[in-house]
This record gives sequence, structure tokens and C-alpha cells, in this order.
Amino acid sequence: MDFACWQCGQAAPGLFCAHCGALQQPPAGYFELFGSEEKLALDPAALERRFYELSRQLHPDRFGRKPLIERQHSEQASSVLNDAYRTLRDPITRAEYFLKQRGLDIGEQRSKDVPPELLEEVFELNMALEEMRAGDTSARPQLEQARDRFTNMLEQIDRQLENEFTSYDGAQRPEVLTAIRGLLNRRRYIQNLVNEVEKELPGSALSD
Amino acid sequence: MPFQIDFGGRKQERVVGIDLGTTNSLVAFMDLTAPKIIPGEDGDKLVPSVVSFSESGEIVVGNNARRLLITQPERTVYSVKRLMGRGAADIQEELKLFPFHMAEDSESVIKLRLGDVELTPPEISAYILRQLKKNAETYFGEPVTQAVITVPAYFNDAQRQATKDAGRIAGLEVLRLVNEPTAASLAYGLDKRKNGTIAVYDLGGGTFDISILKLHDGIFEVLATNGDTHLGGDDIDNLLIRIGLEDVASEWGMDVSGSQEAVQLLRRAVIQAKEELSFAPVATVAFEYRGRNYRREITRDLLEQLIAPIVERTMGPCRACLADAHVKVADIDEVVMVGGSTRIPFVRQAVEKLFRAKPHTELNPDEVVALGAAVQAAILSGDLEDKLLLDVTPLSLGIETMGGLTSKLIHRNSTIPASATEMFTTAVDGQRNVLIHVVQGERELVKDCRSLARFDLKEIDPMPAGLPRIEVRFLIDANGILNVTARDQRTGKEHSLEVKPSYGLNDEQVEAMILESYEKAEEDFRERQVREARVEADNILTALDKARQNEAWFELDGEERAAIEKPVNELLMVYHSDDHLLIRAKIDEVNEATTKLAENMMNSAVRGALKGTKI
Repeated sequence: MDFACWQCGQAAPGLFCAHCGALQQPPAGYFELFGSEEKLALDPAALERRFYELSRQLHPDRFGRKPLIERQHSEQASSVLNDAYRTLRDPITRAEYFLKQRGLDIGEQRSKDVPPELLEEVFELNMALEEMRAGDTSARPQLEQARDRFTNMLEQIDRQLENEFTSYDGAQRPEVLTAIRGLLNRRRYIQNLVNEVEKELPGSALSD
Repeated sequence: MPFQIDFGGRKQERVVGIDLGTTNSLVAFMDLTAPKIIPGEDGDKLVPSVVSFSESGEIVVGNNARRLLITQPERTVYSVKRLMGRGAADIQEELKLFPFHMAEDSESVIKLRLGDVELTPPEISAYILRQLKKNAETYFGEPVTQAVITVPAYFNDAQRQATKDAGRIAGLEVLRLVNEPTAASLAYGLDKRKNGTIAVYDLGGGTFDISILKLHDGIFEVLATNGDTHLGGDDIDNLLIRIGLEDVASEWGMDVSGSQEAVQLLRRAVIQAKEELSFAPVATVAFEYRGRNYRREITRDLLEQLIAPIVERTMGPCRACLADAHVKVADIDEVVMVGGSTRIPFVRQAVEKLFRAKPHTELNPDEVVALGAAVQAAILSGDLEDKLLLDVTPLSLGIETMGGLTSKLIHRNSTIPASATEMFTTAVDGQRNVLIHVVQGERELVKDCRSLARFDLKEIDPMPAGLPRIEVRFLIDANGILNVTARDQRTGKEHSLEVKPSYGLNDEQVEAMILESYEKAEEDFRERQVREARVEADNILTALDKARQNEAWFELDGEERAAIEKPVNELLMVYHSDDHLLIRAKIDEVNEATTKLAENMMNSAVRGALKGTKI
């Protein structure tokens, strides 16, 4: 970016003007704001440190006595920072963001289509869910079993994702991104199943 | 007058911290290193949040207004915070318990009828704020126009906006709304322990909040917050009042619940008994009305039975808050208690049991929020650079989509400022407007959420359906208040937006109220300064009259006397003007001209004293 600083007019290379120190219009990109390489595998502790560091610099509380334009920049910068931290600290939302930035939108792929290898299981699960909803609690053990199995699957996918993240960061092969997208879609589908089951198993989880 | 340091002539305006409470309000400031409460005219640190409007048009706030609750209940309001940012439909329950009369045209904004005046809750709160502002101005001897005001963490957008409006109407620039539990954690200086996880349990007069924070080298990061904006000490009082009314009905054979005077007297009696029960096992409710007496002993056991359901209602939000923060009970290092109701031993026990930690109660639970607000005021002034608050939004923000469903844009417990961007387009060829309905809440259906506002994207260029692309940015600012901006993607220009708040005042209404009150407040302050200058002039003129009897006066020559009489005459001339600066300038001149006279008087006094010793 080679914008001129809004305050002193000098070419402003960074978030803060190198000449007068004024806060500039922040970048919209999450990785850019964090000053981080665009990577799928991130160290959570380093991310947290950077978040606190940037919060100290950018939060509106730090700009109480500054000109209006700088206060507005601060509000925008902090909101992007907070949104960025929320997105990047969770590997799943981070990967979704990463793919979206590269034109691989998860949203468009989202469908009710059952992954073929799960077809039979999902069919049986739906039967059990219906029985449970109708008040037949004999389906409970089956549901609990299904929940545990799907939760295991989620953990497995998470491990696979971790490997794919490192793989992509290393060589940046596009087919890895496609594989990640496939995993994310599968993960989302299974997560929805788990949520459905937990709704019918009261007292089993604190999730909302 | 407080000690003041002159920072090279650049005098920064003071920012005060205000706790605008349901029962009491306080104002505080950062005094060099520690926050300090500013007492009112009567020396009391707590200003009861009670406002009374006399028949003669006089407005009374605080302790004096509280006394009028008994004699002038029709013209006196308390607990108005419960009505802030609420609609007429919301407060039907409140109206059963509180002697409020709603005015006829209370639709999106409630108006209360008090004798012959009709006022909105923000206007009534503004009177409380104005009193606090006045107390601070008297204390500092200079105008105060900037403040940090605290709000319950679980306040929604409309309730926050109403509080901000109240500040503006009172002539205060509200630099920040801070959540009460977060403010309390600042006051406790818990950052002395560098890192840790703390829970703040805040049960006030009318609201309940629970917040869980993570401390990290001076950063107070709120992980999650939960609460109930209609739960507090008032509810306990109402339970006790009901018992009293039932007793009176059976003992006297007389229903006094229709008499506001009786209910207010009984209210005062049960509050006293309730407070005593925090320190004694038994207390007496003593109530006298029209020559008849009612007395009843209440044991702590009975009180605990009565309030158990209320305390239990606070436990659900606590558990939900822990879950949202992804924190286990064992992770909580410290618990802080805030709000008068946490003085009740039963409440403390319940909190201790839940969090398995002995709660902090060192600071006065009535003062801790205001003290924290003063700390935040110092942070905003740039006087405290090592501390920073990162707060969250308590409720999810969404927009209405097809079929009355909500689509969540910003989830609850997101760190603020937080934002979301959505693209909007038209559904019909040539469509000129798009209406966006914004709601707050966790439920799936719009009807179960709280309507915030309707935003109208106007004057869209007529185009085939789906072609216009208008990017709308929803930003929840550091006060927890929603700001919406729209940009036309095609032209890159700001797109016009009309806001219709669902509850609360629109901008024009607030502006009108500000204008009205601003003039008044300015006038008030100027008037006080003029009065003070005149008092000082009186003092110096009286002293001079005395001096004219003194032998020192006769030691001056004619020229010297004339040099004194000139500024004195000038002071007399400006005495009745309303320019306090001019009066003070002349006082200074008189002071200067009388230096020699004062010296002579001193010398003659010494001579007199010496003479005295000779005798």
C-alpha cells in the first residue's frame, strides 16, 4: 500500500505513519493486520501474544484525546483485529477464511447431500432420532453410540486437517486446498449430526 | 479544593466516572494514584437515584427526593433504570409493583406522568446525572463535561443508547459506557496478580450480571458475560412488601396496597429490616400508617427461604457464563462481589459454593463500580497506559431473513469493537428501498428476539432486480452500541440510511432535549460562579469597611487612599453584572491596591500587641 498519511502527507508504509506516528486506515486482511505470513498452521500462543500487543496499540481507549479521523481508524482497526483474532485462533474458521480468500467458498459447497460412505449410518441414525422424538427412549443407547462414533470421526478429521495444513504451508499445492475443503465440508456435516443427536440427549452437553 | 498540578499550561479537562445505579448513583475521579468518590452537598457519597418534581417546578434529586417518596409519591420516581430503553409492552410487570404512571402516548418510548410533567426515562436519569455533574463541579471548582458511565453488562443496545442519551441530555459527553462488573474488576486492582481468571458476581438493586475475565499483564479480557437486567434487591423488597400488605390486610381488615404513601412507608421498613438481617439473625419490620401500627419479626431463616428462588435465578446465568467462557470452576482464581445485595450472607454462601472460592468483599460493594469507572476515565484520558479493558457484547446481533428467521451476524461474547459486513440487493426490478430489520438475542425466530431498529436503504438507483450491490457494515463499538453504515459497491459512495429505532428516542428528540437542558446547565454553572465571585467581593468589601476604622487607614496619604478607592468603586460597579471573570479581576485589583494598607494594619496590630505586653 502506498497511501499518503492522512496527517502529514508523507508516503505511509505501515499501520502507523513512520514520520508522524498517526494511525492509518487499517488493512482489511486478517493476516496482514497481524503482520503474519499467510499460513494455515499457526502457533496459538504466538497469535495470542500478537493479539494483546496489537490491542494495546489499536484499542479506541488509546485514542480518547486524538483527532476524530484517528479515533475512527482505531475503531475500525480494533474491530478488524477482534474479528481476525476470533477467526484465526480456531483452526476451522481459520481454514474457512483462508479458502474463501482464495476463491474456494465453503458456503457454496454447503449442501444437505450425505457423504456416500455415511449414507447407511445416517439413515439408521435418523430412524433412531425419530423414535427418540416420539418418546421411545429405547433408542437412547444407539444414539449415544452414534454420538461417540461421530465425535471420534471429528477428532480424526481434525488430525487430518492439521497434516494437510502443514502440507499446504510447505509446498502450496492447490490440490491440498481442495482436499482441505472436502474435509471441512465433511466435518461440518458430521458436526451437524452430533448437534442433532445432542439435542435429543438432554444433560449430555452444555452446548447451546 | 483538590491539589492541582499545572502541566505546562495545557490543562486537560477532567473526566469523571459515574455509576448510574438503580438505587444509588455515585461520581468518582482519579486522584493522582487512586480513585476517589466525590461526596454530594450533604456529604453523602451515595446519591439515591430518586427524582422528585414539585408543584412549583422545582426538581429535587437524591436524599431529599427520597424523603418526598413518602409525602409526594405521585411526583417522585425511583428505580427509573428499570425502564431505560424499554417499551410500553415490556414494563407491564414493573407497573404492578412500582407506582409509575405512564403517559398516554407511550409507544416506542415510555413517558412517565409526574404531577403535571411528562418525562421519558432518559430525561429523568439526566436529572440524576446533572446532580452528580454539579457535585463534581462544586468539588473541582470548574466545569465538568466529560464522563464515563457504567451500565449492566447484560444491557442491550436500546438500554445502552438510552443511558448515553441521558448523559447527553445532562450536558455530558459520554466518552465510554463501561460494563459494571468489568469496572469493578478495575477498581479491585486485580492486575496486581499478573495473570489469572476471575469471576465478577454483581447483584444490584435491579440488575444481575456475571462476567468472567482473564487477566494478562494489565489487560482485562472479558471472556464471557451473562445476566438478567430485571433481577435484584428490588425483587427481594417486593416479596417482603407483599407479606407486609397481606399481614396488614388480615390484622387491620384493610387493604392499603392502593395507597402509595402506605406502600412507600412499608417499603422503607422492609428495606431496613432486610439490611439488618445481613448482620443479625432477627429484625423487626415496623410500620405505622394513619395511627395504626404493624410490627412483625422476620428471621434470617425466613428471608433465606424467601430469596432462595431469586438467588437460584442467578445461578443459571453463572453456569452458562462458565460454559461460554470455556472455563471450568476449578480454573477460577478469584471471585469479586459487587452490588448492595451481595452483602446478604446467603448470597455470599451461594456464590462461594458455586465457584468454590472465597469471594472478595474488601471494597464497599456500593462504591466499587464508580471507583472502577474513574479508573477507566483515567485510561481514556491517557493517564493510565498499562491497563486496558477488552470487553464483549452480551447478546448476539442478527438480521431478519425470509420467514421471520434471524441470521446471526455477530455472536454474543465477541470482543468489541466487533463488526460484520453483508451485501444487500433488490428483489424486484426498479426497487428503490431495502429495509433491514436488526435484532438482538439468541433465539432463532425474530419474534423471540429484541427488535433494535429498522434501517432503510433509500434512493437506490432503479435497476433490474439483483443488480444493485449495497454493502452494509454493522459495527458494535467499544460502548456496545450498534453503528451501521452502507456503501454502494458500484459507485463506492456512502449510501444513505434512515434509522428507525424500535425503542428509544430518535436523534432529533435527543437533540431537542439536549438543547433545552444544555442552556439550563450552562446557566446554572455560570450563575453559581457569579454567586461565588460576589461572595468573595462581599468578603473583601466588608474587610475594607473594617480597615477604614483602623489607624493604619489614617496613616495612608490622600493619593494612596485614592488608589484604593478607584478599584473599589469599579468593583461595586461590576458587582451586579453576570460576568464572574470581571468581578474576579476587580477583586484582584482591590487586593493589589490594598497590599500596603494590609501591611500597615499588620504592623499596627503588632505595635498594639507590644503595647499590651507593657501594661
